[in-house]
Amino acid sequence: MRFTLRIWRQKNAQAPGHFETYEVDGISPDASFLEMLDVLNERLIKEGKDPVAFDHDCREGICGSCGLFINGRAHGPLPNITTCRLYMRHFEDGSTITVEPFRAKPFPVIKDLVVDRSALDRIIQKGGYISVNAGSAPDANAIPIPKPVADRAFDYATCIGCGACVAACKNASAMLFTAAKVAHLALLPQGQPERRQRVRRMVQQMDAEGFGHCSNTGACAVECPAKIPLTAIAQLQREFIRAHLTPDPYLR
Amino acid sequence: MEAVSPSATSWLHTSVGRKVVMAATGIFLMSFLVVHLAGNLLLLRSDGGAAFNAYAEFMSTNPLIRVLEILLFLGFVLHIYQGLYFIFRERAARPIRYSLNRAEANTNIFSRTMRLSAIVVLVFLIVHLRHFFVEHRLLGSPYTMYELCVAAFENPYYSAFYVLSMVFLAFHLAHGFYSSFQTLGLILNRRIERAVRWAGAAFAFVIPLGFAIIPLYFLLRTL
Repeated sequence: MRFTLRIWRQKNAQAPGHFETYEVDGISPDASFLEMLDVLNERLIKEGKDPVAFDHDCREGICGSCGLFINGRAHGPLPNITTCRLYMRHFEDGSTITVEPFRAKPFPVIKDLVVDRSALDRIIQKGGYISVNAGSAPDANAIPIPKPVADRAFDYATCIGCGACVAACKNASAMLFTAAKVAHLALLPQGQPERRQRVRRMVQQMDAEGFGHCSNTGACAVECPAKIPLTAIAQLQREFIRAHLTPDPYLR
Repeated sequence: MEAVSPSATSWLHTSVGRKVVMAATGIFLMSFLVVHLAGNLLLLRSDGGAAFNAYAEFMSTNPLIRVLEILLFLGFVLHIYQGLYFIFRERAARPIRYSLNRAEANTNIFSRTMRLSAIVVLVFLIVHLRHFFVEHRLLGSPYTMYELCVAAFENPYYSAFYVLSMVFLAFHLAHGFYSSFQTLGLILNRRIERAVRWAGAAFAFVIPLGFAIIPLYFLLRTL
């Protein structure tokens, strides 16, 4: 297969970026999008040119590194997928493909298509955990959790932190990301003591990082490779309202 | 985990708190639409406007309605203010825009056009207030409310503007209804989500249609 690639090139966070056009030919329909970029980069290196920088790691849809905005969508034209699991057969032969970095103020470009997503880590650091004194492993059945509750909590826990929700959102909001963690821990008994403080601290950090607000368009859930449902956001809203309107039983 | 300093008001300034204000005022304004429509439908009674004028008289003199009127005004102001703030915030959150963004692939047309529908409804609101509220209540028009309405609706330009505005109102409600309930944290599973989306679609269809029928009735009567 043959493609014309319009790729965003940017030296660093300070430099202004621009699009550059490349032609690639002889691409297998079964090559992943990242493998296609590998082919391009090998050629650029042979020609003595600067290869296109892009993030990638596991290449099996688990790590969430390969954040690219392809043809106007986070992770390309298919819903609920990572870039590494996107194959060239999903594109029309001979077409032009536009590749941009995830764009949001809290995601500064490091180089070309690589952005710094540590703003998401800082949100987690504010409350995406439970405080326990480490000791010997507790018995597996010491805290009974009904299966349906455990299943729902696990649905929210599957977030891989790829940032596609932010990239797809028209407001560059990190709401689905933050809500997944808040909802996950709010459902489990271990999350109860810090339940109210968690949502307040995480929302505070989300705002401080400069992410936009959520307007419930649902674009995030369509692009989320972990299929985090929008009900996570309803859960965060509920937690947030409750944290402010009712006293915290764990704080004197 | 260190506690966030408790503050009674600051939470309304967070992005999530502002959303709650948007949703709460939105639901309040939607309830107003229902009351307003119920009153307007009195225009369709063939009693020469007696029932409608009595209703208009009640609405402009009852002390409880006076208080609600102030709340309604505040509701509009807050809703519009938050909307404007969100536009500013959205620009700041994505200073460099995508060169290609296929938002139609992951969102519906109603949520994408919220701002446009908001502007049209706002313009409509201003024209509408000038035409009826200001005329009747502030300028002390010699005409009854019924006469003002009939005169306005028999004007094809005004009626066309009215009906077109209702289409935009329908768009605004088609996203706004669902969005309000989502923001208040009420949609915790797929079953509720489906029910609210259905109710929202019905609300967004029926209410603007109800409003639009009235000018069309008076306009068609002149033919």
